[in-house]
Order: sequence, then C-alpha cells, then structure tokens
Amino acid sequence: MSPVLAVEGLVKHFPILRGVLRRPVAWVRAVDGVSFAIDAGETLCLVGESGCGKSTVARLVLRLEQPTEGSIRLDGTDVTALDERAFAPFRRRVQIVFQDPYASLNPRLKVGQIVGEPLENYEGLRGKALQERVAGLLAKVGLRPEAVGRYPFEFSGGQRQRIGLARALALNPRLIVADEPVSALDVSVQAQVLNLMMDLQEEFGLAYLFVSHDLAVVEHIGHRIAVMYLGEIVEIGPKQAVLDDPRHPYTRALVAAAPVPDPRAKRDALVLEGDVPSPLNPPAGCRFHTRCPFVMARCRQEAPVLREVTPGRRAACHLLDA
Amino acid sequence: MSAAAPILDVQDLRTHFFTQDGVTRAVDGVSFTLAPGETLGIVGESGCGKSVTALSILRLLPPRLSRIVGGRVVFEGADLVTLDEAAMREIRGNRIAMIFQEPMTSLNPVLTIGAQIAEAVRIHQGASRKDALARAVEMLKLVRIPDAERRVGDYPHQFSGGMRQRVMIAMALSCNPRLLLADEPTTALDVTVQKQILRLMLELKERIGSAVILITHDLGVIAETARRVVVMYAGRVVEQAEVTALFDAPLHPYTRGLMASIPRLKHNRAKRLAEIPGIVPDLRTPIPGCAFAPRCPLATGRCREAAPPLEDQGGGHLAACWEAGRA
Repeated sequence: MSPVLAVEGLVKHFPILRGVLRRPVAWVRAVDGVSFAIDAGETLCLVGESGCGKSTVARLVLRLEQPTEGSIRLDGTDVTALDERAFAPFRRRVQIVFQDPYASLNPRLKVGQIVGEPLENYEGLRGKALQERVAGLLAKVGLRPEAVGRYPFEFSGGQRQRIGLARALALNPRLIVADEPVSALDVSVQAQVLNLMMDLQEEFGLAYLFVSHDLAVVEHIGHRIAVMYLGEIVEIGPKQAVLDDPRHPYTRALVAAAPVPDPRAKRDALVLEGDVPSPLNPPAGCRFHTRCPFVMARCRQEAPVLREVTPGRRAACHLLDA
Repeated sequence: MSAAAPILDVQDLRTHFFTQDGVTRAVDGVSFTLAPGETLGIVGESGCGKSVTALSILRLLPPRLSRIVGGRVVFEGADLVTLDEAAMREIRGNRIAMIFQEPMTSLNPVLTIGAQIAEAVRIHQGASRKDALARAVEMLKLVRIPDAERRVGDYPHQFSGGMRQRVMIAMALSCNPRLLLADEPTTALDVTVQKQILRLMLELKERIGSAVILITHDLGVIAETARRVVVMYAGRVVEQAEVTALFDAPLHPYTRGLMASIPRLKHNRAKRLAEIPGIVPDLRTPIPGCAFAPRCPLATGRCREAAPPLEDQGGGHLAACWEAGRA
C-alpha cells in the first residue's frame, strides 16, 4: 500500500525581486531537496529552528506554494503538476490546522458556519443534514452544542484550536498538516489539544505532518521525527532513536538546548555558537559546518548525503564515516 | 534562605486596569522578597500577572489605564510605589534595569546601538559622549558581539534576533544595576540561541553582582536558571519555594497540574498528558475564594468562599491552599 503522503526531492526557491523589471537578483533556498513519506495513522514531526524551511514544506504539501522541483504524491498519485480543477478532489484529503487560533478563524462567521463551510462546498450539504454533521464534529472535538451559534471571540485559545480541528476534520481528510498547532497555547491547554489530536488520530486513522520547534511536544505526539536545518533534512527516523541517540551534531545540539523542567537533571553541555546563517546564501559543503563543534576540513567542501545509520533512521554527516 | 536584608521587598502589591468593561485585577495581592544577588523566577501562564508585576516595580504601566492601588515595593529602603517621578527616573535603567521579550520592538530602529547603550551611561553616570561610547564598546565585548568596535555604529536591523538580545543585555547591564528584571528574555529566540543567551545573562549577573527576576512561562527555563520560584495564577501568588523543593514536591494543585501537563523530553512517556480542565477565570469579576477553585480537583466549599493566605507549609515552602496538606 502506498503511503498517504510521499514527497521526493522537494525544492522551493523564492526569488528576491529588484528593480523596475522585478528581476530576480537572488534566491532564498527555503527548501532544498527534502524527501519523506507518511503512512496512515502515523505522525511525522518536522522540527528545526526559524528559517529552516519546515513551514514551507507544510505549505508545499498543501499546495499553497508550487514547488520549484520535486514531487508530491497523495495515496500514490502524483499531484505535483495537477491544475486547480484536477487537484480539487485531492484537496479535501489534506487539511490544515494553523498556529494562531486567533487569526485563523473568520471573526464574522459563527462557529457553525466555519465548521460547515467545507461541507457546503465539497458535499453540497444544506439544512438539517448539515446541522447534524456540524453538531457531530463539534462533539468529536469536545465542544458543547451551543457553540454552533457563537462567534470565535467568545472562545479561549484552546477552544478555538478545537474549532480549527473540527473544520479540518469536516471532509474526512487522510492527512492533517498542523503547523505549530499548540505553540500559541498555554501549557495546561496545550495538553488538552495534544490529547485530542492523538485521540482523533486513533479514531480516524489520520496521518499528521506536525511542524514544531518544541522537542518535548514532538516526542509526545510523534512517531517519527525529521530534523531540518537550512532547507535540508539532516536526520530522520523513529522518535526514540533520534532523541535518545542523535547521530547528527545539530540534532544533538537541539536536544541539549531544550530546557529540562527538572533542576536536578544532568545536561549535555553542548552549546552552539552563533545564529542560523541566512538561507539566501547557505554555507558551502555541509550547511551546518559554520556552527558545528566537530567540523572537519571535508565538511567545508563536500555536502554530506543522508544515509541509513540504523534501521529506518538516516542522517547526513561526514562524522558517520569514521 | 539568605540572612542578608532583602534588596527588594514586594508586599501585597495590587495593580488594577481601568477599562470600559470594568476593573481588571491584573495583580491582586502579590508578595515576595529578593536577596542581593539572588535569581528569582516568576512563572505562570498568560494573564497571570507576571509581567504586570515587573512593570509595576518599575512603574512603567500606562498611567491613565492602570494604577497601583495597594501595597509596597521597597527597593534599597525606598518605597517605589510612592516615589516621585524624578527619583524614579534615577532608578530606571540605572539601579534597576529591564530586558524585554521582543528585541526588535524594544530597540529604537533609527539610532545606532552604540548611541542606545551610551544614552543610559551618559544620563545616569554623567559620562562624556566619548567615554559613554567607549563603555558601549566594552559592554558589546562583554556580551561577546564579535567586532564590537565596528558594530557599535550599526543599527538594530543589522543584527539577528540573538544578537539583538545580547545588545539588550549590554544596555541593561551598562550601569551595573543592582536588580535586573528579565521578562521572557528568550521566548522569541530559537532554542539553541536561548541556551546561549541564558548562560550569558547568568554569567554576567554573577560578575556584576545583580539580583535577577526572571519572568517566564517555561518551567524548563525556570528549572535551569532560578534558585527560588514564585508561581502565579490569576494575579496572585499560589506557591513559592526553592527550585528543587518546588519540582520535587509541588504543593499547590495548580503547580501540580502544570507540572503534570507539560510533555517532558526523555521522561514521562505516558500515553496521555494530564490536563487542567477549564480555563483561567475572568479577572474583571472579583473572586472571593481561591482563584483556582473552579478548576481544582481538591476544591471544597471553603475554597470558593475564602481566599487562602500564602502560608509556610514547612521549610520555607509557601503555598496558598486550604488543602495543601492533602496530596
């Protein structure tokens, strides 16, 4: 059986346009050759720091951006080059939950309209049938039936994220792309939303592409993790392998930098120097070499390729040759 | 606990906001003390009053909208609540400095960073323009900005987020403050940069001998940096303890709920996270009892009627809970 989502060699370069003729003078290499697959019922987490390209990957998968190169397959069908009309039946299979629950719900629509709109558009539901489906969706995400007639401002951040989930679920998608869905929420509410997402996954066999910068959240909800740095995946594999025994120095640094809520915890002393370089002009060779504590001469010239280090886990680092 | 006289003594601080929709009791009876050189963490979720507490200490809140309606903030013997504005200006940026969350909006985009650091030095220490600029370069070196002599003439947009926060730290420490208020100083930064900045801040604080109040929503940051912790909920202090005591044995049901609800790396691999049911109360309505009672698994009738005082539950571990003994 083919995976729900398979992307292969995905590339997205954004032009920087200058002058009267708006000619590109440079390219931001936001995503530069990313490949992965997600099965039904599985959560793949994309982690990395700002500017690593994780949100761009999410937007490409949703076809909110057109890739420069590479392919996107949904259930085995290549949808990369489909025009809007041909893509329409696929669009309902991939839904999104956004980061900011305040900006992602139309303030002028009632919750019933927000959740019902996809059903009207794609299934032509009206009247009682529509009301019943909406009521069922709200119940699924733990909202009371009265929510139907209320406006988004009447809800807290966590409840709004539930509304966003109900809207995403309306068309029975195969894959939900969740871009930092809990990072705007307080921790006590974050737990409610994460638990709900895991329950829904179990019930509907959903696949999640879960974009996050928070490793603890990722460890909780994810099955596999892909670590991105400057537009590339540097390590990908089962979550426990990646987090407990990182093979790429950047993964190790990310794990070491995550604050541990335990004052007695022993911590990895690895600290990275400097900031992430600009994706406008990524470093030659290994893109991480400017910050890597273990850098060698070879790293400055030759870009390492992803290779299998343990079953199901790949990393891109010259140190793995040793 | 330190035997030295506290550098800061906040007693029953109450800061209210007066809006069209009524009075919001953002800070509603907050008390804590801080010893010289100590690092105190204030932790809580959005709207718990942690930032308003810091802004009240420096009296930086909008005067038409808000007022400190009660309590004292005694710093080095003077009550900052009643101090006149001229004396307050002598303290701000000099004896007490502050680092804000957003390094982009808290730096002036049209002034060089050298001019911004030098301003405080000139005003508070009467340094000449030249000496102040030399001090700015010295501070930039201290916060490890490479090529400080050249970068002192750069503008904020020429720096990355982490570098801007280093500039903020340089500016805050330029007058050797006795107290540094850091309000979510690393929340806008990536984790690898957060680690650099927290280390730098604590190292420099030791060197200068400042006390620090670190405000954050992140229990991980608290565990790694603070010596003593104040937990706030709905404008009130619910618990206060040494950091190890707090994480080993949290006493207040809110703190316990908070700790159970955070996913922890390599730890706590339970299938589900514990949830705190419900949402935070509306601070425009007076809360007669314990503010956490509506969400608390241990709440009794008494909790809804009378607010529990913040009391020592043994060994300097304070909690405001009628049921603190019941685990």
